[in-house]
Amino acid sequence: MSDIDRDLPLLDDVAAARDAGLARILTAASVDEVVGIDADLLGKKGSLALLKTRLGSLATVDEKKAAGQALNAATQAVTDAIAARRGELARAERAVQLERERIDLTEELTQPRRGHPHLVTQAWQRLEDVFIGLGFQVAEGPEVETDFYNFEALNMPRSHPARSGFDTLFTDYSGPLAEDGTVLLRTHTSPVQIRVMQTIEPPIYMVMPGRVFRRDTPDATHMPVFHQIEGLVIDRGITMAHLAGTIDAFTKAFFGGAFTSRLRPNYFPFTEPSAEFDIQRPDGSWIELGGCGMVHPNVLRAGGLDPEEWSGFAFGFGIDRMARERHGIDDIRDMYSNDIRFIEQF
Amino acid sequence: MKFVLSWLDDLAPGIAPVGADPHPLAERMTALGMQVEEILHVGLTVDGVITARVLRTERHPDAAKVHRVWVDAGDGVERHVWCGAFNMAPGDVIPLATPGTTMPDGRSIEPRPILGIDSQGMLCSARELGLGDDHSGILILPPETPLGVPYADALGLESEVVFDVDLTRNRPDCWGHLGAARDVAAHLGVELAPATPPLEAAGDARSASVEIVAGDRCHRFTTVVLSGVRVTSSPDWMARRLAAAGMRSINNVVDVSNYVMLELNQPNHAYDLDTLGGHGFRIRLASDGEQMTTLDGVVRTCTAEDLLICDAHDVPIGIAGIMGGLDSEITDGTSVVAIEIASFEQTGITRSMNRLGLRSEASGRFERGVDPYGIDRAHARIVELLRLTCPDLVVHAGAVDARSDALAPADRSTEVRVSQVNRILGTSLDTSMISSLIAPIGYVTRSVAVGPSGDVLTVSLPSWRTDSHEEIDVVEEVARHHGYDNIGLAVPNSTMHGRLSPIQVRRRQLREVLLGAGLSEAITASFLHEDDLAAAHLPADAIRITNPLQADEDVLRPTMRVGMLQAIAFNESHRRSGVQLFEIGHVYPPGDRSTELPPEYEGLSVALAGGDARAAMQLWREIAKAMGLGARVDQSRVPAGMHPTRSATLSLGKDVVGAVGEIHPDVCDAFGVTERVAWLELDLSRLLAVEPKIAQWKATSRFPSTDLDLAFVVPDTVAAEKIDKGIRQAAGTLLVDLSLFDVFRGTGIEPGSRSLAYRLRLQAVDRTLTDVEVAAVKDKTVATVSKMGAVLRG
Repeated sequence: MSDIDRDLPLLDDVAAARDAGLARILTAASVDEVVGIDADLLGKKGSLALLKTRLGSLATVDEKKAAGQALNAATQAVTDAIAARRGELARAERAVQLERERIDLTEELTQPRRGHPHLVTQAWQRLEDVFIGLGFQVAEGPEVETDFYNFEALNMPRSHPARSGFDTLFTDYSGPLAEDGTVLLRTHTSPVQIRVMQTIEPPIYMVMPGRVFRRDTPDATHMPVFHQIEGLVIDRGITMAHLAGTIDAFTKAFFGGAFTSRLRPNYFPFTEPSAEFDIQRPDGSWIELGGCGMVHPNVLRAGGLDPEEWSGFAFGFGIDRMARERHGIDDIRDMYSNDIRFIEQF
Repeated sequence: MKFVLSWLDDLAPGIAPVGADPHPLAERMTALGMQVEEILHVGLTVDGVITARVLRTERHPDAAKVHRVWVDAGDGVERHVWCGAFNMAPGDVIPLATPGTTMPDGRSIEPRPILGIDSQGMLCSARELGLGDDHSGILILPPETPLGVPYADALGLESEVVFDVDLTRNRPDCWGHLGAARDVAAHLGVELAPATPPLEAAGDARSASVEIVAGDRCHRFTTVVLSGVRVTSSPDWMARRLAAAGMRSINNVVDVSNYVMLELNQPNHAYDLDTLGGHGFRIRLASDGEQMTTLDGVVRTCTAEDLLICDAHDVPIGIAGIMGGLDSEITDGTSVVAIEIASFEQTGITRSMNRLGLRSEASGRFERGVDPYGIDRAHARIVELLRLTCPDLVVHAGAVDARSDALAPADRSTEVRVSQVNRILGTSLDTSMISSLIAPIGYVTRSVAVGPSGDVLTVSLPSWRTDSHEEIDVVEEVARHHGYDNIGLAVPNSTMHGRLSPIQVRRRQLREVLLGAGLSEAITASFLHEDDLAAAHLPADAIRITNPLQADEDVLRPTMRVGMLQAIAFNESHRRSGVQLFEIGHVYPPGDRSTELPPEYEGLSVALAGGDARAAMQLWREIAKAMGLGARVDQSRVPAGMHPTRSATLSLGKDVVGAVGEIHPDVCDAFGVTERVAWLELDLSRLLAVEPKIAQWKATSRFPSTDLDLAFVVPDTVAAEKIDKGIRQAAGTLLVDLSLFDVFRGTGIEPGSRSLAYRLRLQAVDRTLTDVEVAAVKDKTVATVSKMGAVLRG
């Protein structure tokens, strides 16, 4: 230590201010208090700043140098202590805050908001998606139809006995063209086949889902209003093997790779040869799924296509039944009850 | 149709041998298109069930539902059985299923103890033994029945295996056993048994005359007179077969008639010639209103489209092809009969059946088509079978065979191209393979020519296949006998791409928006009650169903509102208030009836129980934003049935595309809905058809924004939407966001007005806005909206 040190009262004042400051910092209880101390010591009018103004009154360069170094060291010490104390206090305060904010996440006061799509919609979209994957597009048509589209164009002329099997609901609507009593509620989605053939040039690869109507008394397995999906393929060189192959591809895509399908002879006026298609579960049991067949030449003609140039197949089955079987629903009427306790199950 | 297997085997020996496992045959028939729904064992005997006599019965104090029965099975050993039926008395003979017996329902009889006491078997009801439906008590056998013998022997039972087959409309031939036998025999390469030789008359000429007046409806009408008839009972085997096929045995004459119908698909009738007026028949159309009583005792009123069989005096004795008259049956004293077998036009039978609501074994067959050339064989078969019980039977000369011009020729044929068979089926069959597949079922190749695309076969169409007319019908027969399973699998080489249409994609998006907003999906009734429209304050003009299932539910819904309100009322009644539902479905307004079909369209309906009009508007805005939709909200046009001060029409141009607001409280009351109901309906056929604009990029500003809060006192008569538009217009391109953040009515605001507080966020793309610029926006905005009646609040 030099003589100058000993003789300079400023150095003592710096040391005192530094020590007092460090003491306050160490005992500061909050970040806010530390911020206050920061201003008191290091601010423009802080105690260390005031000591700095006394440098000018020192006599020698050496003295000034010695005092300046002491001041800088004190400022640095105080600054470091403030930063350290501040960080320490901030962490403690955050810890207190975090503990205060503790929540029991299993206190569930509100129910999930999302609603439930209808089971028919769910099955409908699943079927659409599978057929889209198989290269089909989706067509739709009116539910109130003419006799022509629902029957006549489908190879069921006026006196055809198969008509009686459809339990048709007729309307009193009579437009300018149609005869009275020929506007009806479609009994199947097949009229859309004709509308598609009339509007789209082949090749046609379409599925046609929709609502259909029968004069059926509601019971556990029947509703007067239900839903079908229909498929129609028309192209050059389409054969019954393509029908069987498409049904099988659908079976595997929709139900799973371990399911197989078979066709067996049946009768529909609008297809010939006609078939029923059955699906076999991996356990060997069978599901009778729907009807299909090669589009009848008369139907192709009604759709404006030459049966010598084009051939095709069609298939169809119930959508509601898919939903019913998937979810094990005993009574199909429940699906149309609009009972929220039913809807929320799915 | 019920097929008795032993009967099929008679017609084609070897296809259904007695005792063979019936399942392979059932699978074969199903694969040929005759779907076997059920295999029945009629009169099946159960091994292990023996006759026994009841010795005594006793109640047990701890068993309420069963009692103890001691029986003797003829060996003098007393056996104890627990029994739940109480209809037997000591001395009765009953069937006892001994331990180890397997019952027809699969149950195995074990010495099952009750209260620690074993039961040495089970006493059986008729139903448990497959002997009918009686399950009211234990079957009591005749008292003289020997004991300890199989019950079936004691009862003289023989079993028949019967297939219940679901026949399709293109197989009229299978309504007789012969049709099915022919198909199976062809498939197995088995010969049919020879047909009965043609009839030879032995007696003098006795005729029942025939006059066909309505030749387009009656194609052929034949009569054969038989004398020496003795009305008696049928042989057991015939009665048993008829019973197995589902028909009751009446007497030998009626039974033979039914038997031949079931065997050869030839409905026929035996008339007592002595009581047949004028000893002849006239087949004519009825006159409108003409009445006759059918044999079921019902008076039928006919129209000029019904065909009648009359006697030679023109008195109706039957509705042709459907049902005979009350007095047309033979009696016990009948000895001379006229056997009548005819062929009628199919669709006329169908129409009469439907109009009269009358069905019979005969009409079902005529409706589907009966072989007009199978008649002769049926006559011969009737005589052959009648002779079994009437040894003195005489077939008289003078049989009548009246035919009309409308009778189909016996030698129908069609051309079948080999190329077409393979083009439809995806097969590579040649001429001889095709011919040999279908010849055994009557489609015989008469000649082969060579056409431009290869061989063309001329194939005869069998007269029993009235459904077969053209090439494609023959292609189907080839497919059936080739086997659907042998057609193979192929996948088309599609050049199409699977996808949803833009509208279908948007419909799915809409559903997601609604589900995400917490709504669940309903499907409500399409048919409304007569009174529903008035209750919903909707116009009475609607499309009606002319033949509704329920007489008063004949209105085709012009809106989903009725069904949705019913759904809310239903859920309220089950303590589920606040239900939020939507439905996407078709509605059928009647329009102005200028189009071929009504202006049906797909709509969306939303009902928020407990919600108010603001909730409906909020949802509409949510949908509009998510889907990129827009529509004018016009509160000056209140949609029918909605709250007059809380509802608006949504429109695009001049067209109404929806409604938003609340259901009128009177309407809620009418449907028993106690909650307020927020309502939104949209015409999706219009709204989903609008392709949303693809958003184009705009630069986001890097400069700071300034918020300007302005509150205005606005009269209630001025819509907030108008002020909103005024502000946007005045603030121009500097306005990047506008929100209404407060609406206040009350202290400081004069009644009839409210305070609307808006926050305008102002920002330029290329600079920081100056205070001067902000002040200019404020002044211009205040000036613009003040012209609309809005006054800036202090």
